[in-house]
Amino acid sequence: MKKLLALMLAVAMISAALLSGCGAGSSGDDSAASTGAKAVKAGFIYIGPIGDGGYTYAHDQGRLFLEKELGAKGVTTTFLENVAEDASSEKAMKDLIDQGCNVIFATSFGYMEYVDRVAKEYPDVKFFHCSGYLSNDTNFVNYFGRIEQTRYLSGIAAALKSKSGKIGYVAAKQIPEVIRGINSFTLGVQSVSPTATVNVKWTDTWYDPTLEKNAATALLNDGCDVIAQHQDTTGPQIAAEEKNAFAIGYNSDSSKAAPKAYITAPIWNWGVYYVDQVQKILDGTWKAENYWGGLKEGVVDLAPITENAAPGTKETVEAIKAKILDGSFNVFAGPIKDQTGAVRVAEGAVMSDEDQLSCKWFVQGVNGKIDK
Amino acid sequence: MEAFLSVLTFVLIDAIKAGTPLLFATLGEIFAEKVGNLNLGVEGMMLMGAVMGFSVGLSTGSPLLGVLAALAAGACGALVFAFLTITLRANQIVSGLSLTIFGTGFSSFVGQKLVGEALPESIKSVFKAIKIPALSEIPVIGPALFNQDILVYAGYIVAVVSGIYLYRTRTGLNLRTVGENPGAADTAGINITLYKYIHILLGGAFAGLGGGYLSLVAVPSWQDAVTGGRGWIAVALVIFVTWNPYKSMLGAYFFGGLSILGLYLQSHSPIPQSIFDMLPYLATIFVLVMISLKKSKENCAPKALGEPYFREDR
Repeated sequence: MKKLLALMLAVAMISAALLSGCGAGSSGDDSAASTGAKAVKAGFIYIGPIGDGGYTYAHDQGRLFLEKELGAKGVTTTFLENVAEDASSEKAMKDLIDQGCNVIFATSFGYMEYVDRVAKEYPDVKFFHCSGYLSNDTNFVNYFGRIEQTRYLSGIAAALKSKSGKIGYVAAKQIPEVIRGINSFTLGVQSVSPTATVNVKWTDTWYDPTLEKNAATALLNDGCDVIAQHQDTTGPQIAAEEKNAFAIGYNSDSSKAAPKAYITAPIWNWGVYYVDQVQKILDGTWKAENYWGGLKEGVVDLAPITENAAPGTKETVEAIKAKILDGSFNVFAGPIKDQTGAVRVAEGAVMSDEDQLSCKWFVQGVNGKIDK
Repeated sequence: MEAFLSVLTFVLIDAIKAGTPLLFATLGEIFAEKVGNLNLGVEGMMLMGAVMGFSVGLSTGSPLLGVLAALAAGACGALVFAFLTITLRANQIVSGLSLTIFGTGFSSFVGQKLVGEALPESIKSVFKAIKIPALSEIPVIGPALFNQDILVYAGYIVAVVSGIYLYRTRTGLNLRTVGENPGAADTAGINITLYKYIHILLGGAFAGLGGGYLSLVAVPSWQDAVTGGRGWIAVALVIFVTWNPYKSMLGAYFFGGLSILGLYLQSHSPIPQSIFDMLPYLATIFVLVMISLKKSKENCAPKALGEPYFREDR
């Protein structure tokens, strides 16, 4: 009996150690959280590894920025990586709350319904959910960024560089977020070379370096000379480098992987939003408001344009960027035609946020198809 | 016609490239299974090989050391599996799965500091395509087969040598006996433990090389989880090629080709990409069904596959 008990204890201990050790990271001064009621401890849950060099990496850079900016005011952070978009995300959130977190950033779409549920259970904890559409009036908000604005700018850079007039686009999944990005990129391309086409290949995955590279190679073999991507790895850029072509990255500055091909990349600065929100919590002025920031708010940006770009790219892009910043230009302003040539957004009109969020059609100039 | 042939050439070139890591991993798994041990840790061993190959290549600038490190890392992973399943006679399925989980974590851990790093030119230039004179001039299949990087050629040689070793040598016969009927092998004086250890380690080294191909040649810049489930495809491939090294070449390039073909066809055909993603697994199920229908001994799994060997049980 004693033996059995000892065994059970041992198993319990080991599994507890494993569970808590599994992919959890914590940094900053933990003791600060317990010193005052005002202290904020922010817990982040990530869909991928922080080392993906892409989407999760960008969020984690935001977390580190938050720590750097507000660490002196007693803000600490912790995170859980590789959290699946199922019930385990609910457990992850509860674990973080048990560890003293009073602010939760859930950074992937699929966590949405679990965040909704946990938010009801813990009214004193504030929940931020990235890229979803649910929220409430008290402690649960969603946030995302208008990366389309900088995708448009990167489309200009791509079109100025392309000699063949064929630009490739390696795309992950057939969802509005990706389709919206392709559309705005294409509109950017056509703003400088109206006859150029954007050729789309789907990979059906967010993350597979080799497959993404193969998709890019297929596009390059088809005559494309600039490759853009909505993928989380640098595979497509490496393909471009090997074929002496050029590439637009995504998520973070990736000039190291393909120094001779990389032109620029639409990037996220999540830290701007994280610091803003946590500062408001500290000040006591925080309100439950959803957020869809853009260039103006600083949450999205274009990475510095490299020497691989065509001469004059910087000036052209800066001019449009200034117009977006002062509000005189909207990426989704009409007239916009779809692939069949039908006008979808009339001249003088602007595509509404709702239409952007549910977009399931390509603009004219895109060479690719969306499975029904 | 001209255009069609050039597209076909492109597809074949990339199919063989995509098939090469699968080929190495499959050959490795064939050896492990031929001595009777089902090692489901292929994905983990590939990742260990990928990260160690990359990190040694990056720090030394030597392609040879990178490849050796990948081989060694895969073998180390296999050593854990071999010790658990041969010496301790642990459950092979569980041991293999834990090796995959361990290898995945190991590569993320070691790779944390490598994210975004790219290999130096000294390595990339060695792994560039090398044209074989005359042979590469053959239309379509010439450039596909004979204008490739050095590891693709190594793949051809390793596959053929493995086939000869398995079917044409005494040691090969012995190792097959160990997997089919360890009792008989033991009676014949074959050192079962030694055979199992050697070939499981060899298999691990090949899996490591497959992973190393991905991080050293295919995408010479470190990213986490670079294998993307190819280890599992290799496990399926072993069945698809009915444990035969010669067929494994065809099988690996065919599976590699399916992923490439989908990319080329998607804008021209009504077939969604997800169908192509399913094809390797559908093909494997099809082969399984064929094997059990035909009941030919040659194409069956080794009889003692998955069973630990106890001398006293004989």
